[in-house]
Amino acid sequence: MFIDPHAHMISRTTDDYEAMAAAGIVALIEPAFWVGQPRTFVGTYVDYLSSIIGFERFRAGQFGIRHYCTVGLNSKEANNEELAEGVMEWLPRFALKEGVVAIGEIGYDEQTALEDKYFRAQLLLAKELELPVMVHTPHRDKKRGTSRSMDVCEEMGLDPSWVVIDHNNEETVDETLDRGFWAGFSIYPSTKMGTRRMVELLKHYGSERIIVDSACDWGISEPLAVAKTAKLALENGIPEETVRKVTYANTLEVYGKSGQIHESDWLNPPAIDQRTLYEGNSILRGGREPLIEAPGSRNRDNLIIE
Amino acid sequence: MSETAVESLRQWVLRQAGEQGKWLETRLEALAAGAPESELHTVLGLAPRRLGKADLILIAEDLRQAEEALPGWRPDGWSIDGAARVLALATFRGERSFAETFKDLRRTADARELVALYRGLPLYPEPRSLAFEVGEGLRSNMIAVFEAIAHHNPYPSMHFDEHRWNHMILKALFVDSALADIVGLDERANPELGRQLLDHIHERWAAGREVSPEVWRCIGPCAIEVDAMEAFERALAGKSTERAAAALALVSNPSPLADALLATHPEAAALVAEGQLSWDTLSRHEVA
Ligand SMILES: [Zn+2]
Repeated sequence: MFIDPHAHMISRTTDDYEAMAAAGIVALIEPAFWVGQPRTFVGTYVDYLSSIIGFERFRAGQFGIRHYCTVGLNSKEANNEELAEGVMEWLPRFALKEGVVAIGEIGYDEQTALEDKYFRAQLLLAKELELPVMVHTPHRDKKRGTSRSMDVCEEMGLDPSWVVIDHNNEETVDETLDRGFWAGFSIYPSTKMGTRRMVELLKHYGSERIIVDSACDWGISEPLAVAKTAKLALENGIPEETVRKVTYANTLEVYGKSGQIHESDWLNPPAIDQRTLYEGNSILRGGREPLIEAPGSRNRDNLIIE
Repeated sequence: MSETAVESLRQWVLRQAGEQGKWLETRLEALAAGAPESELHTVLGLAPRRLGKADLILIAEDLRQAEEALPGWRPDGWSIDGAARVLALATFRGERSFAETFKDLRRTADARELVALYRGLPLYPEPRSLAFEVGEGLRSNMIAVFEAIAHHNPYPSMHFDEHRWNHMILKALFVDSALADIVGLDERANPELGRQLLDHIHERWAAGREVSPEVWRCIGPCAIEVDAMEAFERALAGKSTERAAAALALVSNPSPLADALLATHPEAAALVAEGQLSWDTLSRHEVA
């Protein structure tokens, strides 16, 4: 049983959902981010937020996966001031919707003044609404950008135990953990973190405040990253309890502070949900063994489409 | 809008709300007394957090009351938070038109809220002004949202024109949603729908796909007019559910031609005559 705490499912196919469910993903968190190109109207951003609290949740439910999300203005689009102002007006309306477990992913991209302005404004919002925060750390000038993100969180008076610093690597993890923040690792091919490196990190750091995610999105990425990391870690002698914490329990602990994600959501879903928005998870239902299969692999050689 | 229905809903929600009842009552009073729209957003947002998400508990007498207040309305299957949201919205008296308020809520609604918003349709003021909003809900890909409008909800039969009605029926078939739960299904049968459904049947047959037995129900009353007798003959020679459905549908048609066709299939006719068949059992059997 796994949770993927960072997956942009709006960009993924039903094959991915099917493969994730088969691999044992019971829940995931979809952080609001940019969609690969800039939005130029406030309205498209509003409709995007509406998609991730509505339609995407329904899609996931069809595959027996519980869908949660974070809402926020991402760092790239924070640079379009007109758009940013508009989004900031709408954001409080979305922040208290069902299944919104944090404000995120927010933070820096190019570390501009506008990014800084809206990062701070959203940290304030999270504090007011008593929501956790998911921080996206920049790809470029990463080490300094990550330190600065934590500086600003502290300056704005956030409790580090409510903040996940995501996309960590070997260079940033010490500081993140030392300062009391949660350290997210995105297992994303070629750019962020790989499974073998992640296993080494687990050997060294153990499980405390460490979270593994896929960050899968519209780029070449891996929706099974969490399940694959877990498998490789177990094969390399990482204790089961450590694996469970970094691929499941830690996510529940930190995002659970929102009051919007509970284990019972998938272990014991309310009847009304089962009739409407959640089909139930076949792995939980049948005690079937999770399987790691490439998305769509079961169909690829089948010429019959009915 | 039915004042009685809103009042009943209020009683059911409050009796289940326990110690949160006081909170809800205070908020409802404010909403009725011209509180700003932001107050409505707050109440809708807090409803599941305060009241939980359990099913709304209703006894037979409540359902009887519901039916009396609004024929066809069956709020069993509602949740306590959804019921409270509808109640808040039906109680709210704002400065803008109701449709504008509704639109604004719909645009920012999560999946569960959407279901609640649309389930409440027959209880809101200015029902006709919601035509566009209802269209958006019907077009939703979320089946639960579509069914919030289509099932156990008297709004469509009261307010839909023929075009919209027919498309709701067609969509229900396409998303495997039960027709038996649509209020006014028999009363609103019409030849245009009959023709569309007959085309639908031929399309399914050509593709080698199953035809929902419920389709025949909407063709039965106009079977002669839309020239459906050949299709009925084929169905009467088909699988058992198809035979049963075709037989039931033919009974609804007063024409001697329908009687005559049914008479050529005595065992199907006998099943209907014995009263063993009904649309409800046929629909549950197939859909469950
Ligand atoms: Zn991301």
